[in-house]
Amino acid sequence: MSSPTATAPNYELIQQDGLETSLLEVSMGPHHPSTHGVFRMDVKLDGETVVDLQPVFGYLHRNHEKLAENMSYLASMPFTDRLDYFNSMTNNWAYALAAEKLVEIEVPERAEYLRVIMAELTRLVNHISLVGFFINDLGALGTPLLYAFREREKIMDLFEQASGARMMCNYFRFGGLRNDVPEGWLDRTREVVDRFPDFLDEYEKLLCENEIILSRTQGVGCLSRDLAISAGITGPMLRASGVNYDIRKVDQYGIYNRFKFRVPYTDDDVGDCYDRFMIRMLEMRESIEILKQALRDIPGGDIIGKAPKIFKPKPAEAYARVEGPKGELGFYLIADGTPKPYRYRVRPPSLINLTVLRDMCLSQKIADAVVILGSIDIVLGEVDR
Amino acid sequence: MSHTVGHEPILGKFPGLEWDEEAGALVVPAAQAAKIATWLRDNDAFLLDYCSNVTGVDYLEREIKEKVTNEAGKTETVIRIEPSRMDIVYHLYSMQKQTGPLVLKQRTNREQPEVESLTPVWRSCELQEREVYDLFGVNFMGHPDQRRILMWDEFEGHPMRKDYTEPFDYEWEPTPHDEVLERHQRGKVIV
Amino acid sequence: MTLLGSGIFKGMAVTFRNFVGSYFHRERLPTNDYSWRTEGSLPQHAGDYPKEEGEQLRDTTTVTNYSRNFPMLLHDGSEPMDTIRCVACQICERSCPPQCIYIEKSTEKKEDSSGKMQFYPATFDIDVSVCMSCQICVEVCPFDAIVMNSQFELSTPNRFGGLLLHQGDLLKSNDYYHKIHPEEAAARDKRIADEKTAKEAKKKAAAEAAKKKAEAKAGAETEAGDEKKEVAE
Repeated sequence: MSSPTATAPNYELIQQDGLETSLLEVSMGPHHPSTHGVFRMDVKLDGETVVDLQPVFGYLHRNHEKLAENMSYLASMPFTDRLDYFNSMTNNWAYALAAEKLVEIEVPERAEYLRVIMAELTRLVNHISLVGFFINDLGALGTPLLYAFREREKIMDLFEQASGARMMCNYFRFGGLRNDVPEGWLDRTREVVDRFPDFLDEYEKLLCENEIILSRTQGVGCLSRDLAISAGITGPMLRASGVNYDIRKVDQYGIYNRFKFRVPYTDDDVGDCYDRFMIRMLEMRESIEILKQALRDIPGGDIIGKAPKIFKPKPAEAYARVEGPKGELGFYLIADGTPKPYRYRVRPPSLINLTVLRDMCLSQKIADAVVILGSIDIVLGEVDR
Repeated sequence: MSHTVGHEPILGKFPGLEWDEEAGALVVPAAQAAKIATWLRDNDAFLLDYCSNVTGVDYLEREIKEKVTNEAGKTETVIRIEPSRMDIVYHLYSMQKQTGPLVLKQRTNREQPEVESLTPVWRSCELQEREVYDLFGVNFMGHPDQRRILMWDEFEGHPMRKDYTEPFDYEWEPTPHDEVLERHQRGKVIV
Repeated sequence: MTLLGSGIFKGMAVTFRNFVGSYFHRERLPTNDYSWRTEGSLPQHAGDYPKEEGEQLRDTTTVTNYSRNFPMLLHDGSEPMDTIRCVACQICERSCPPQCIYIEKSTEKKEDSSGKMQFYPATFDIDVSVCMSCQICVEVCPFDAIVMNSQFELSTPNRFGGLLLHQGDLLKSNDYYHKIHPEEAAARDKRIADEKTAKEAKKKAAAEAAKKKAEAKAGAETEAGDEKKEVAE
């Protein structure tokens, strides 16, 4: 009845002529440039091969949950920006969804459309910079990452025009959004969205056929379908292992049922680093499809529904989840009738996707461990909370 | 929308299984969690193969004022004491059937909290149960690698407990902000 | 089977196109020359940097209507302390997530810009080393007294208290607000005016209704009196 786990590879310690080999213990991090933040991997090496690996984290822990339990519901909203600081908009959305489940508030049509637009723009930002960092981890220093950041910058400018901040947007409110987008914002967004596929074409030409990338990523960091499901892996990483599971399709939160889009996944039941990289490239194309439809159909009207002046839900429990760019981001709230949540819990996709890091790295080379970590797509603000 | 999992068919299968209406959760009897979880995962009617969220909830002992009608037909306020407890909450989904969630709860006491680990059933519990152990001090029997995860190993206490008090901060130095914080700590109501 | 290395050459072609293109098309440049550039002038020079307080950065794509840095307090007239809008209700202090606002209420009331007797803040401090620019104070303020400033040059050599902004630093005129966030300020002023007219209309309507009621009552009384008279006759 046990769930699948990987077993350590066989290794032999050789004794010859009074000399003996031994395992090398390497502590990678917490400030290693490839660990995407303050994250440490305790690696045991037999030569260059990884025989054991333990992720160590918590360096950025600030007990976000405890902080949120000691302040009002609205006051936690700016703190959710700081969980996964690449995707503050989706973090806001997940939290707003959970709070809206506690107190039934109807979200106006225009706000729903803008929420989808913001979430999909966020997905573009996250995937494009993740691909850049991933290639950076492979050793292509600079060029692809800077091209990615150049495009990301355009979307960041859109965020700033709408919400006033580039990364810590704090834009969603219970029942809608904080303010309407400024005049001409939708046209500028259309322009950015229309030009994005050209950039993707160029980016694919730059990367997807490159022999070095192919040989460094194909067959590296394999994750089987059974293990992926059992370990609660979500997001592009799950779909790269051949599971067709996208919360936008399954839950259809917001107004996702109105858009036509496909969910890319592999038909193989094992996913490697290359699959995870390609799934993200394909997902960006689908995000653009959603954005085009949303920008075409967006109606005018109110931006926020009728929310109570003082947010004080009756005793209840709510769990809401969204398909964040990194995976399933969930918020679990328990209200006890006071203006503060009794229990506030974040289900961080980055942390749970790290469960299989050891399984994927075993028997691989130490240089590939860096690539595998890069393909998981973690943000330490969310892992440590 | 995904379909929620009906709890009625499960209730009859295991004696002692309770449905908590207010929380919308199945409360699992002690020392049967792993058995029930395996059954839920493998039974064709449920196939709950994906455990999304694991967390703990700490309930202190509290007084509840209730209005009760007494024998004479008068309503009077009665103070009922609800004992303290610790809940471990699991949110289950099915990826094959695209259904969910089903909420599973294990209840234990606050003093010596001990529950069965569900890591052997779902690997996704591994890091999250470690987190509950770290922040709530719940002992998971059968967990393969129960260590602190976010706090350092030498840390004392479990910060997410409701009665946790901060230790003396040896790195403290005066800032102009201190007075503000002090006023907030004096217990102001938050709007 | 394609030639080994052809993928690399394809990628190199893209890099080359970007390298050459960056001399002709600005969107090929991986670096963004920021705010203080004037349109069409490359490279930027320090003269474009805003010098006077309130002078806006010229590129509207980067400093926008909603840009926010740290809060400021609004006043309506020429004498900041006499026309301050804040009435020291302390709602912002209580809802501030990182708890960076410190207010002390005055002991006596003073006339505000509309001539109404109001309390005013004796002390209003914001510790901008703690503030996280979340704008929640602006949203909860019922008096439109606190709004976001877009000033960002606040560095100071003093670690203790250097970043604690006092009332004098925070007070800015409504004109200044109009200068930095024209659209937002106009919308806010319109809303305040609308609310005021609505309130006045409501007051008027209430007064009229009361008047009518009184008249009706008086009328009924006289009628009743007439009836009595008739009966008596």
